[in-house]
Amino acid sequence: MQDLQAPKKTETTLQSISTTSNTTTPLVGRRNNDGNSTNLWWKKRFRLGEFLIEKAITAISFLSFAFIALIFVFVFREALPIFSVSPAKTTVEAKQVPQETYGDESSASELQQQVDERKRSVENLEEEGATATNLVSKTWQPVSSKPKYGMLPLVVGSLKVTAVAVLFSAPIAILAALFTAAFAPRWAKELLKPAIEVLAGIPSVVIGFFALIAMATFLQKTFGFEYRLNAFVGGIALSLAVIPIIYTITEDSLSRVPKVMTEASLALGASKWQTASFVVLPAASPGIFAGILLGIGRAFGETMIVLMATGNASILSGDLFQPVRTMSATIGAEMGEVVFGDTHYTVLFFIGAVLFLFTFCLNAIAEVFIRQRLMKRFEGQ
Amino acid sequence: MRKFERTLLGLSIPLFSGLCAFFIVVIVLIVMGETIIGGWSTLTWEFLSTGPKQGMTEGGIYPAIIGTFLLVVIMSLAGVPIGTITAIYLSEYASQKSILARMIRFAVNTLAGVPAIVFGLFGLGFFIQFVGTGVDTILSGGAELKWGQPNILWASLTMALLTLPVVIVSVEEALKAVPRELREASLALGATKWETIRKVVLPNSMTGILTGGILAVSRGAGEVAPILFTGAAYFLPHLPKALSDQFMELGYHIYIMSTQSPDVEATRGIQYATTLVLLVLTFALNFSAMFLRYKIRTRTAR
Repeated sequence: MQDLQAPKKTETTLQSISTTSNTTTPLVGRRNNDGNSTNLWWKKRFRLGEFLIEKAITAISFLSFAFIALIFVFVFREALPIFSVSPAKTTVEAKQVPQETYGDESSASELQQQVDERKRSVENLEEEGATATNLVSKTWQPVSSKPKYGMLPLVVGSLKVTAVAVLFSAPIAILAALFTAAFAPRWAKELLKPAIEVLAGIPSVVIGFFALIAMATFLQKTFGFEYRLNAFVGGIALSLAVIPIIYTITEDSLSRVPKVMTEASLALGASKWQTASFVVLPAASPGIFAGILLGIGRAFGETMIVLMATGNASILSGDLFQPVRTMSATIGAEMGEVVFGDTHYTVLFFIGAVLFLFTFCLNAIAEVFIRQRLMKRFEGQ
Repeated sequence: MRKFERTLLGLSIPLFSGLCAFFIVVIVLIVMGETIIGGWSTLTWEFLSTGPKQGMTEGGIYPAIIGTFLLVVIMSLAGVPIGTITAIYLSEYASQKSILARMIRFAVNTLAGVPAIVFGLFGLGFFIQFVGTGVDTILSGGAELKWGQPNILWASLTMALLTLPVVIVSVEEALKAVPRELREASLALGATKWETIRKVVLPNSMTGILTGGILAVSRGAGEVAPILFTGAAYFLPHLPKALSDQFMELGYHIYIMSTQSPDVEATRGIQYATTLVLLVLTFALNFSAMFLRYKIRTRTAR
């Protein structure tokens, strides 16, 4: 703790502490000679208070870090039994599979399919009890006489919805940000900025409601798909929540591009749009990339919108117009009805842990892109 | 040909990006228009001041409004002081290089990025199953289940955690906006660091703290995922009287009415009107925060 303070501060506090112990009279004398304090007793108690306040403030602000640690500990603690409840009869498989499962859930789904093929033979052996061994199967049927906890449809569902959301929102948000930064007249800027803030301020449950009632019907009429609520509708609805994130970060990094660069480009005879698309946009690309990553994280973790607008059927298919059930929606829909501590509960916490890890990694990478790449590019020159 | 391409691109890039910007504005207007048109006719004083009747198919949303209000009040009481103190530490005490400050900054960024549903899981695993059950065991030996179940206290604390980064970021911004000269003048007059913070810095950044609180309340009122299984109830005949009671909440009410009500079509009006109330509430809060922030910025510019 001591070394975290400014050196000068430490000295004075040490002085005031040592003066309390009465053994160091020279120090007291010196302080009096300096004329620092006429009423030493009062000063001493005062410094001690200052010291305590600083420590208290430090301790309270450390709470944020403690909370993150607690979230880690408690979400993973409740998910942990998954790896230990496996029945004795398949000890050999149970030993191998947890590693495979664990690595898989957090990474791409392609790997999962490979594992799944290997798994199929094992699945026949073991039908009761959900453990790590059947987490990668193809059916999610937690409430039945033989519950099945195959996470594959949920993971694919999340990926489908996220892909639609990001593919739809990223171009719109980036182009709109480019418009504000490069072309927009003043009145358009004054209109767009509040619009984005308003969009960012709409609660996700309202977006979900809007998608469920109005948007799904409209899209069904326009595109004529079979199910009213599906991955596509969910993705488009999600993009309403993702657009403000990508827009804000893109706009921020576009406006941080040094004026020297744009002026140099303009001075060389490039037109406004050439400067915007060949100088400003590439220069800000790490920031834009970070914005997209954060958008993916938001889309992947968002619960209420997908819970209301995707139809919530755990079907495993590549079709975008089928109803899907995402990982986050599964937690939201089923956690209310599970028995504390049973396998279903544990599996839902495991899904939560995967969500947490995934968004955590995305945020960390985005942070690196903004702080290291973008800032170095603009300030390091 | 080259020249033709260039003119084409030169016209289409600004035009196309402008269309995207226009599209965003239109979407915002559609969402708001749809809610207002759908909810306006149901929104009466009676709707705001009575509880649900006839098995949730008629009546108003009074308990949900009160529940939301209590939720954000308890949440602010827990979250705003911690957030403010953390912001004071980060902006006044910590040096940029210190490991502790970097750890806290990292934690705040991480907290801001954690999905809302994970906060719900944490609330369930930590507040209800760990703290709540623990308190029950201490108080009654586990015989009586009082705190170890979803209630308004646990929901509010979960929400406080979720909104903590919002408070920290906007209070820190306000603290940074206090001119350095003011601090130096105070220190030069012999005031200690804490005296300077308490008597000079904090009074000058009161608007910022208020902004942080308002933004947190707006965020907290709109989030539903964290309270799905930490305290929100489908229907309650009475208002929450103690911290260990469950509560009704506006966002949760919208979700439940539009997806799980027995007759979804018949209650469309109620759903729209509830959405309109929630939307008006969050917008009012956001606009006042925007206004306050604008005031802070113009003051520092002067």
